Amino acid sequence: MLIRILVVVLILVVFWLGTRNLKIIPGRGQSALEWIFGFVRQNIIFDTLGEQRGRRYEPILMTMFFLILSMNITGVIPGLQLAGTARIGLPIILAIVSWIMFMYAGMREKGGKFWKDSLFLPGVPWPLYFLLVPLEFFSTFILRPITLTLRLTMNMIAGHMLLVLCFTATHFFFFTVLASGNLIGLLGIGSFAFGVAFTVLELFVAALQAYVFTILSAIYIQLAVAEEH
Amino acid sequence: MNVVGQLAPLAFGLAVIGSGIGVGIIVGKTIESVARQPELQGRLSSLMFLGIALTEALCFIAIAVAFIPFPAP
Repeated sequence: MLIRILVVVLILVVFWLGTRNLKIIPGRGQSALEWIFGFVRQNIIFDTLGEQRGRRYEPILMTMFFLILSMNITGVIPGLQLAGTARIGLPIILAIVSWIMFMYAGMREKGGKFWKDSLFLPGVPWPLYFLLVPLEFFSTFILRPITLTLRLTMNMIAGHMLLVLCFTATHFFFFTVLASGNLIGLLGIGSFAFGVAFTVLELFVAALQAYVFTILSAIYIQLAVAEEH
Repeated sequence: MNVVGQLAPLAFGLAVIGSGIGVGIIVGKTIESVARQPELQGRLSSLMFLGIALTEALCFIAIAVAFIPFPAP
């Protein structure tokens, strides 16, 4: 809880300071911010949703990306060590936001046709609909938010546990086994090396999960508003 | 004879087999297609991460099963 509040304050301060006086010729901090904004905008939002529609959903997707990224990164910062998204509350809220967002997008662009398009697959003989409609309903409206939540939470929990395992093993080997004069304690060097390697991996996973969550939300919106051919 | 323990790690191991194979196929196919058309690498790698994320979700569901408080027999 404290970590989340800290992260939110940090995001606000960073973006407030970073975007307070924007110049035409960017300084060092501004160009770093612009690079990451440009990446999210071009590679995640515009590539999936297209330029015109992308602009409409840009603010919320951008917020999602940066919130998840910074919440995830706290998992590897020494002293904090627990990702803000490793408790299930925050991912559930984000998944519900994304769920409401794609239904809203579909209803807004297609109205009632959205439900027909998303439940009834075209080109299937009609008796199969008894089987397919519940299946489609289940996978589209129930499984999507659940998998979004679980993917983010479980990635962070698994990463946290991996780091805990490595570093507690190191502590045990060095301060209990080696201190009592047993040379098997030198295995602690290996577990420490693995811990450091997994820290780097967790850094990568943090960025990857933020990317995946945002791009999946964008794809769900795209699927909801896409015209049937 | 009584065997006492938790089955959740075993179930997770079994679940990981499938998604491990899936991730392997995805990455292998991506490498293959990048070797054929190196200019598509950016697009292909973002697709690859998407596919990996979708496949991984299955094994994360398996981890989540361990957190469900089943009543003890």
